[in-house]
Amino acid sequence: MAKVYVSNVIPTAVGAVWAVVRNFNGLPDWTGFVAESRIEQNLPADKIGCIRNFRLKNGGRIRERLLALSDYEMSCTYAILESPMGVENYVATLRLIPVTDGDQTFAEWSAEFDAAPDREAQIADDVARDVFGAALASLKIRFALKPHG
Amino acid sequence: MVEVRRSTILHAPLEQVWEILRDFNGHESWHPAVAVSRLEEDASGDLIGAVRDFRLADGSRIREQLLALSDAETSFAYCILEAPVRLRNYVAEVRLRPVTSDRTCLWQWRAQFDASGATREQLSHFIAEDIIEAGFRSVRAILARGDRPPLAIAPRPTAPPAPSSSGAIEAAAIVIARYGGPEVLEPRVVRVAAPGPGEVRIRQTAIGVNFIDVYCRAGRFDLVAPLGVPGLEAAGVVESVGAGVSHLKPGDRVGYACAPPGAYAAMRVMEASLVFGLPDFLSNEAAAGLLLKGISASFLLHDVHAVKPGDIVLVHAAAGGVGSLLTRWAAALGATVIGIVSNAAKAERAKRHGCAHVVISPDEDFAAAALRLTAERGVDVVYDAVGKDTFEASLRSLAPRGHLISFGQASGDVGAYSIDRLASRSVTLSRPNYVHYTDTPEKLRAQTDRLFAALSAGIIEAERPTLYRLAEARAAHADLEARRTMGALALVP
Repeated sequence: MAKVYVSNVIPTAVGAVWAVVRNFNGLPDWTGFVAESRIEQNLPADKIGCIRNFRLKNGGRIRERLLALSDYEMSCTYAILESPMGVENYVATLRLIPVTDGDQTFAEWSAEFDAAPDREAQIADDVARDVFGAALASLKIRFALKPHG
Repeated sequence: MVEVRRSTILHAPLEQVWEILRDFNGHESWHPAVAVSRLEEDASGDLIGAVRDFRLADGSRIREQLLALSDAETSFAYCILEAPVRLRNYVAEVRLRPVTSDRTCLWQWRAQFDASGATREQLSHFIAEDIIEAGFRSVRAILARGDRPPLAIAPRPTAPPAPSSSGAIEAAAIVIARYGGPEVLEPRVVRVAAPGPGEVRIRQTAIGVNFIDVYCRAGRFDLVAPLGVPGLEAAGVVESVGAGVSHLKPGDRVGYACAPPGAYAAMRVMEASLVFGLPDFLSNEAAAGLLLKGISASFLLHDVHAVKPGDIVLVHAAAGGVGSLLTRWAAALGATVIGIVSNAAKAERAKRHGCAHVVISPDEDFAAAALRLTAERGVDVVYDAVGKDTFEASLRSLAPRGHLISFGQASGDVGAYSIDRLASRSVTLSRPNYVHYTDTPEKLRAQTDRLFAALSAGIIEAERPTLYRLAEARAAHADLEARRTMGALALVP
């Protein structure tokens, strides 16, 4: 089993960040690598069990099921159903934690999955850098440009 | 039940902070409220169930029991058994989480308890301020003392740096107190360690000021955390060398222009392989105003896009630091340069530097002008470090199969953009990062060789930068951001 953990600090209050990342159908709005996304069967994006079906800008298609969404913990957990990555049992959680000092946001994104042993480390690196790391960095830049407070 | 939650970011690796916090009997060494701590029954500080007996600074006593300790989660929890105040069912948890983007950490501390009436507010305030926030401040100060950052807040010292017994030296520097505007740049005195193996210590006489420093200061890049020293470029004299350094010796006149940041200081340590000797025809001040911009121009014109005779090149901010160099160098490579500037004085300067055409924007729509000047064909390459305000129009200026090189965002980030729109003209878009063209001695050497050759051939010239005192770094940043400057800026310690 491989594990991935990435975190960053977003220079704005947690509520504003949660408003962006809470939308399970919103990846095209705040990441740089998702071209389009829809929720299957026209379900609401915050209905537990709903499936997001999105296309990456590099062409790959991914289907993910929402397993848990908590406005109290500001966390979102989901599993991959289909992807070109060659992973199994992939479950990831994105979570926001308020940083009371300076009214900022700590964002952490973790995943666990199985893959072919010779590919596991490479996939984990790719997810950490090109997916979680890149997405949190774009969130940071998005909010760094807006006035604080 | 009352709950108090506080959290802060510490600019130190998680392991270093955990080493301080992990010992359940260690609070006396870092928490200002605790005078003496001892463990009952000779327990150890990592024994679950251990009881610590605190004598507080005011003489009172508190007994607390360790409920949980996890090295995997870098957390511990404890409860109060006995206290002089009426805190019932008090349980607290401390947890560290790593910030992987810059190897710092989040410190969370929360406490819950039962209390009633007027004491409720009082106790909440006491725990939040005198226990939790005081603990944050104290550990932050310990980390700052152990690390390079500030010893004391002091304006620019006039005396030369004073060596200490360990070989460390104090030097005037500018730190980023927190992310923000020019006002967060604060003069401090920092400790500069003796150079380690493969390092040199440089007495800096001129320090370059660049837009990338502004991005670091504003927190838009992860390059410098608060209380760190910004700046990527300086020139000076080698003061001492560490073991294994053969190509430099004390007294050599040198420069550098690359990460890691830390240039805004009278003295600093740098990896020797990233430091190079300066040619005789280049003064230290001129080098500080030229190196980073010249190296940028070098890879932008040769590596990101190989400009060739006959190309039509559009250069934004053509009178600026990098813009002037791009203009002269592209013209020398045989390109026709269209320069975009913001006023008539800058237009004069851009013409002198070899622009075939100059457009004053926003008086004139530069995309329309570029199309008109090229008989509606468009230009081959656009060099754009303005970002948000010009990105769209830069794309419209391009010929089919043209190349937009977006290498900065002085007016703000370009933001989300659909690459599908590039297809209408088969546009190539590049977003080069300086670091990836200079992060090994080999890559750096290729750029400096080319830059010094162009200088000695007279293709480009190093101009004397506008000088500011190091302590006036705020003014330099304010002027740069307000676009009040022409050409390069440098700080002088």
